[in-house]
Amino acid sequence: MASEHGEEVKVLGKWSSPFSNRVVLSLKLKGVAYKYSEEDFANKSDDLLKYNPIHKKVPVLIHKGNPLPESLVIVEYIDDTWTNNPLLPQDPYERALARFWSKTLDDKILPALWNACWSDEKGRDKAVEEALEALKILQEALKDKRFFGGETIGLVDIAANFIGYWVAILQEIAGLELLTIEKFPKLYKWSQEFVNHPVIKESLPPRDKLFAFFKASASK
Amino acid sequence: MGEVKVIATPQSFPCARIEWALRIKGVEYEYLKEDLANKSPLLLQSNPAHKKVPVLLHHDNPIAESLVILEYIDETWKENPLLPLDPYERAQARFWAKFIDDKCVFGVWGATVAQGEEKEKAIDAALESLAFIEKEIEGKKYFGGEKIGYLDIVVGWMSHWLNVLEELGEIELLTAERFPSLHAWSHNFIQTPPIKDCIPPRETVVEYFSFGINYVRSLEASTKS
Repeated sequence: MASEHGEEVKVLGKWSSPFSNRVVLSLKLKGVAYKYSEEDFANKSDDLLKYNPIHKKVPVLIHKGNPLPESLVIVEYIDDTWTNNPLLPQDPYERALARFWSKTLDDKILPALWNACWSDEKGRDKAVEEALEALKILQEALKDKRFFGGETIGLVDIAANFIGYWVAILQEIAGLELLTIEKFPKLYKWSQEFVNHPVIKESLPPRDKLFAFFKASASK
Repeated sequence: MGEVKVIATPQSFPCARIEWALRIKGVEYEYLKEDLANKSPLLLQSNPAHKKVPVLLHHDNPIAESLVILEYIDETWKENPLLPLDPYERAQARFWAKFIDDKCVFGVWGATVAQGEEKEKAIDAALESLAFIEKEIEGKKYFGGEKIGYLDIVVGWMSHWLNVLEELGEIELLTAERFPSLHAWSHNFIQTPPIKDCIPPRETVVEYFSFGINYVRSLEASTKS
């Protein structure tokens, strides 16, 4: 299903960013056509400065000329606007849980994993402990489901894309074992379901390129 | 719609948000006052990820995070809608709510606790964040238009808690000269029922924040020495 009435959907993003990727995943899951514009952080485009003057960050969605920043806000907007393949459940309580876990991913879980992967020797033990604790609570939220969204990909799966794909790469670079099948069997299984989902698979950045990109950052 | 309980503390503004929303919708609820120094088993079971207030319990199903709870309340009780109906306007409201919690709250808190050389920079950051909110309320009675809406509830802490922080931090942020629309809004908001019936006494907020400020400052002093 293309964008309604041929109105243009544009995404300002960065290929390596999980936040940009959330927007791309959502549009692809709904079959919405869009134009993608790659941003160079060292040289921010006029569009980016115009459409996100407050934060000057990607991703930004522009629909019917209306700009919207903040990846999770964008994903909910996409779900409200294109109602096929819903990303949020119908039931208000289930919706609240989905929003709670997405917010907790951004506020607590992603930062803990990120910090652990970039920690220096001094702070490493504590950072790793917090990261493992964060993965534990995320696994508890998954329970025995195939995806956080149940049988289909939902808001929380999309919000957890960093956990499902980026963490494996970053932990390898850092020489850490955080999300492993031994430590978190259910969450690990989810990550495999996630990256092998037909739409997700085609929409994630290439592993080698991402690995090289972060490895280069790590040696700076 | 069944049994509603709120686990909360009176001085906490995220908790006040929940009470305001429930009262605007005319929903009856039981208030379970939490002692944060001695957290109850119910709180720990209901919000194991964060162990924080507020928590809403509806038919004993717990929901945490004030912004998430506000949306749940709006979707469950349809009278007096809080969020806009239009998807783009709704998205903008969510954007601003996140901005307020991430930038304004932390900005003001940062300006309050900062001391010495860092203070001026912290004040500038707080003022910059408030300037964005001033633009959003310009020309409007409430952020929600003619009636209180979701964003008014989210910004509500600026009508009472902010002033306490200013006093304790010895700073001046929200003045009529600098932010005339936001200043006028804050006076109007706190006078509007049911908000005005649900504001904690100033002394309790002073006590609560004083404790927090001293704690943060002593932590910083010990890491620097």
